[in-house]
Amino acid sequence: MATTTLPTGPIEPTVSAAASRFGGLRRIVSAIREARGVPKFMLWTGAAISALFVITAVFAPLIAPYSFDTYRSGGHNFPKQGSPDGTHWFGTTVQSLDVLSRTIYGARTALEVMVLAVIFSLILGVLLGLLAGYFGGWLDRILVLVMDALFAFPYLLLAIVAGFVFSGISGGGVVTAALSITVVYIPQYFRVVRASALSAREATFVEAARAMGAKPSVVIRKYLFGNVIQSVPVITTMNAADAIGTLAGLGFLGLGIQPTEAAEWGYDLDRAIDDVNAGMWWTCLYPGLAMVIAILGFTLLGEGLNDVLNPTMRRRRISKVLLPAHTRRRTVTAPALPDVPEGEAAK
Amino acid sequence: MSNTSKQSGSLRRYILTRIALAVPMVLILLILVFVMMRVAPGDPISASQGGKLNAAELAARRKAAGFDAPLLQQFWDYLKSVVTLNFGTTFSDRRSVREIIIENGGATLTLTAGALVFATVIGIPVGLLAGRYRDRPVDVVSRLASTVSYAAPVFVTAPLLMLAFGSTSGQASPLIQLNVPTQTHILIVDAALDGDWDAVTDILQHLLLPSVALGLLIVGVFIRMIRINLIQSLQGDYIEAARARGVRERHVVARHGFRNALVPVVTVLGLQVAMLLGGAVLTEKIFNWPGIGRQLIDYINQRDYVAVQGIVTVFALVVVVISLLIDFVNALIDPRVRY
Repeated sequence: MATTTLPTGPIEPTVSAAASRFGGLRRIVSAIREARGVPKFMLWTGAAISALFVITAVFAPLIAPYSFDTYRSGGHNFPKQGSPDGTHWFGTTVQSLDVLSRTIYGARTALEVMVLAVIFSLILGVLLGLLAGYFGGWLDRILVLVMDALFAFPYLLLAIVAGFVFSGISGGGVVTAALSITVVYIPQYFRVVRASALSAREATFVEAARAMGAKPSVVIRKYLFGNVIQSVPVITTMNAADAIGTLAGLGFLGLGIQPTEAAEWGYDLDRAIDDVNAGMWWTCLYPGLAMVIAILGFTLLGEGLNDVLNPTMRRRRISKVLLPAHTRRRTVTAPALPDVPEGEAAK
Repeated sequence: MSNTSKQSGSLRRYILTRIALAVPMVLILLILVFVMMRVAPGDPISASQGGKLNAAELAARRKAAGFDAPLLQQFWDYLKSVVTLNFGTTFSDRRSVREIIIENGGATLTLTAGALVFATVIGIPVGLLAGRYRDRPVDVVSRLASTVSYAAPVFVTAPLLMLAFGSTSGQASPLIQLNVPTQTHILIVDAALDGDWDAVTDILQHLLLPSVALGLLIVGVFIRMIRINLIQSLQGDYIEAARARGVRERHVVARHGFRNALVPVVTVLGLQVAMLLGGAVLTEKIFNWPGIGRQLIDYINQRDYVAVQGIVTVFALVVVVISLLIDFVNALIDPRVRY
């Protein structure tokens, strides 16, 4: 999934001597301000949904009526597989758990794993990409080979294998799940960062810095990092979206987070499959819906960012020239030929 | 046309180079799989049989399976099993992975083919429409729809599909007892060869929902790729030239735009195979589809390392081979793709 999220391949790196280390990020902000039309809509809708998801996750204990593993309250047990009603808005599961609470707490688990996975893969991918791009040589070649091999692997299968191995080592927890997902995303950061580092390495200001005797660590930190970091936000948001789906996929297969530790949408959906065959819709609909909305939010955000930041996707408004259309009206006014009226040219 | 022989020569060279380049890739993949399976603590035997056997029996089993050998020796054995297309013998039920692939591969093949058909039939027309009428309502709606279909994992769409159409599509009814001779291990083909059309219809009925669920996963990517291809090809100079020649807009779009936009579809198809295989694992679990993916899940639950290693290796090889084939097809279609 992850490979195809960026429709036009790696983002063209724009190389410049960044004034500060995060100067590149400033350019992103100004590009976002200039966004118009569909990209703007996607960007802001995505941002709103993502914000809602984060808020739900952070304040889950305050929002949810019960805890994710509460099966009784007020002295008696919750109904088993009860349909939605006044006390349990989203119904209850086969284990007498409140679906609404589990759905809300599921956001929390998803956010935890997502943040960890993104941070892990960001650190490792950017670091390896910078090193490979800057130093080149055999290190670069080996890393590229390994990363390409990882990249060629079906991503879910890779996560499954990683989950299988890691859960054997440390049991199923948030960190284990995040690590399994990290393995999948490192190659993406590596590729993009390495490409930008390669092109930035040849830039005049880097050469100048080297000529003045700057050490590699200084060059990488002060000059390469700022340029390279610009290409990261799009992948990060896309990966965040993917991570939610991958975590749920692992949970669905029983390789994710232990059900006693936290509420997890994938696990809940797995349990819900039997309910579906019995015609019960609430146990699968709500966690599924929550997950789709969360993924959608980050995907929209990422796509909006991509449209705004990627120069090949940006629509050139002014330079677009249309030839006069073949209409009957034109044959009447034909003698005036190539003089295109203002309004038509700007269409 | 005068240099046909030279061209075919360069195509052959391209194919050979491409194959030669794939060899280190495969080797690295194999090393990766091998290393990942050995990272886990303990050995596969104690992991799967730990509680059931005593220490001496465990040691004997370990020795029989070659897990007391040095790592390099083990890797060599693994390589040999891959080259001989045997892929090892499972612990839990002593089947060779090759058997599993042959017996269950047909079901996975049928499922992924169904998903591809669905994605193509829906994806191409919608993608072309969206690209043709860029930023108009049809484009916005199809973009949103494709984003939603991309955002919704199989295990969300599948239960919803089952709830909505489970009773009407015949999904819930059990498969009728099949009595067809096994020839290809692909059930539907076997049934068709046998002339048992009731069975074929029944299988198709059961195939419908899983194919749609799996196809929805990739149809969004299809729509977006084709849309972008069409937009880019409509910006080409030859389009402008055709317009300048006075070709009707309808013809410009249909003949010059659509055709060029559809050429990369082969590549799109190929790129999705990896995703389809991953999605097939989930789909097979949901619908109880007797493919390789469901076998993989079963073996994972039994912590059968050899089986997992073998099946994963096969999946990886399939992806590499398909990406090779795609490159060949591309080189055949487009003479610019050569070394």
